[in-house]
Amino acid sequence: MADLLQVRNLSKSFAAGGPPWRRLRMKAVDDVSLSLAQGRTLGLVGESGSGKSTLGRCLLGLTRADSGEISFDGRDVSDLSGTALSEFRRRVQPVFQDPWGSLDPRWSVGRSVREALDCYRIGTPTERDARVRDLFDRVGLDPALAGRKPTSLSGGQRQRVAIAAALASSPELIIADEPTSALDMSVQAQILNLFHDLQVDLGVAFIFITHDLGVVSHVSDDIAVMYHGAIVETGPTEQVMTHPDHAYTRTLLAAIPRLADDPDPNPRRQSCR
Amino acid sequence: MTGVLTCENVTVRFGSGRPAVSDVSLSLQKGEIFGLVGESGSGKSTLANAVMGLLPDSATVSGSIRMADLTLTNLTEAAMRGLRGNRIGMIFQDASASLDPTWSVGDQIAEAVRAHRSVSRAAGRTRAISLMEEVGIPDAAARYNDVPHRFSGGMRQRIVIAAALANNPDILIADEPTTALDVTIQAQVLALIDRLRRDHDTAVLLITHDLGVVGQVCDRVGVMHGGKLLETGQTRAIFANPQHPYTRALMDANPVGKRRGTRLPVIPPEWSVESLLAREEAADG
Repeated sequence: MADLLQVRNLSKSFAAGGPPWRRLRMKAVDDVSLSLAQGRTLGLVGESGSGKSTLGRCLLGLTRADSGEISFDGRDVSDLSGTALSEFRRRVQPVFQDPWGSLDPRWSVGRSVREALDCYRIGTPTERDARVRDLFDRVGLDPALAGRKPTSLSGGQRQRVAIAAALASSPELIIADEPTSALDMSVQAQILNLFHDLQVDLGVAFIFITHDLGVVSHVSDDIAVMYHGAIVETGPTEQVMTHPDHAYTRTLLAAIPRLADDPDPNPRRQSCR
Repeated sequence: MTGVLTCENVTVRFGSGRPAVSDVSLSLQKGEIFGLVGESGSGKSTLANAVMGLLPDSATVSGSIRMADLTLTNLTEAAMRGLRGNRIGMIFQDASASLDPTWSVGDQIAEAVRAHRSVSRAAGRTRAISLMEEVGIPDAAARYNDVPHRFSGGMRQRIVIAAALANNPDILIADEPTTALDVTIQAQVLALIDRLRRDHDTAVLLITHDLGVVGQVCDRVGVMHGGKLLETGQTRAIFANPQHPYTRALMDANPVGKRRGTRLPVIPPEWSVESLLAREEAADG
């Protein structure tokens, strides 16, 4: 089966100061290759500055990579423009950590969700209202909330709205960058469950970007560990979690705070398992 | 047994609404780390601010907060100021907010000493350098004059910890001290707090939303929800056998170690703050 997304040797660097005759470049993404099949979840995990968000932005087409190739559904996306680019954006949608950044504070959240439908001319205008109600239902929100402003919703509800807006255009791939990091544990569990249901019901593929190995191991089929811009280890979740190859992955695993059902009361002193 | 810090029936109200902290009693023993865990809005930070005397004037506190011989709730603002940074050390989530960006970190630590004791400039400097060494800043003397932004987030938090411990406080109040840090750095900072309290026999009130952090360093834990302290006990005992259904639900919602591709148990609606309130009202009326 052909992969939905193929990334080959992607690199992106940013200017990092230095005098004009010796400009420094910071390699945010360094020769990254990965692939993702339809309906699967890839967890992209790393600490601050590892380049995971820059990689996500490159995949969304929000940042142009310096070199390398991204192909989506067999087509190179770097030279897309016009309707082809718009079609790509319809099929690949983002969810970010902070729904404040995705929602207009002056708009009702229903209008924010509907905007995607208007933008991609999905259905007739009257059908769109029904579709917004369906989407609210789909993400577990009372459709009656559609008239509210983002300020009068809780953080978890706002994130559900952002997910509904991402789902509006029936994407095949959702790139979620730290979607649960700002949420309480109990709300995080609800949002992770929602992602799980969406995948089962709609067959959406996910790239789940996070610093939290506990979360990523729960949701991902495969894990890619990023460190200093490069993917240092990739493989099926079980394998990476139980038999990590790279020393950095072992360090990360050893640092996960665990509940005390652990036999050793001091997990950080354990070697990884 | 009396503790270093004792809270008895502490209730905090903002305005006339429902209390942010309601009837909380707990006590902290010498040298122990007590984890106060709860989700946003559970009242854990409000309780800590009440202890530190940092609540705004609009808040009314009832009940008593005692520290050995002193009743903190009766003290004037001036007296509280003499305690904060002296007998009560404080660290917060955002280390950069606690540090002046234009001052050298060394001077800021020295100031923490000199604010409460009359020591010479030189003695303040020597003490600051030894504190920086103690919290693991490499090459401390050479970095004395560096400003905060020359340090990484984890190192900055170490500097804040050094300043908080400058006067050997009886109590350290740490409000989400590692939440903004990467996991590997979090583990180091927690290990540092753990070592320091053993070395100095400091009681630590560690406020966090993360049960994993509690499991890593806390001796005892209290679970807060909707302003109430639902249960307290030895960390291992509570984790092995949580008594309160909310505690159990909170632990089950943690994805660490859960089987992949399964739904996570969520906190049942009867334990939401709203239904908690509704039940209270029904009981009152």
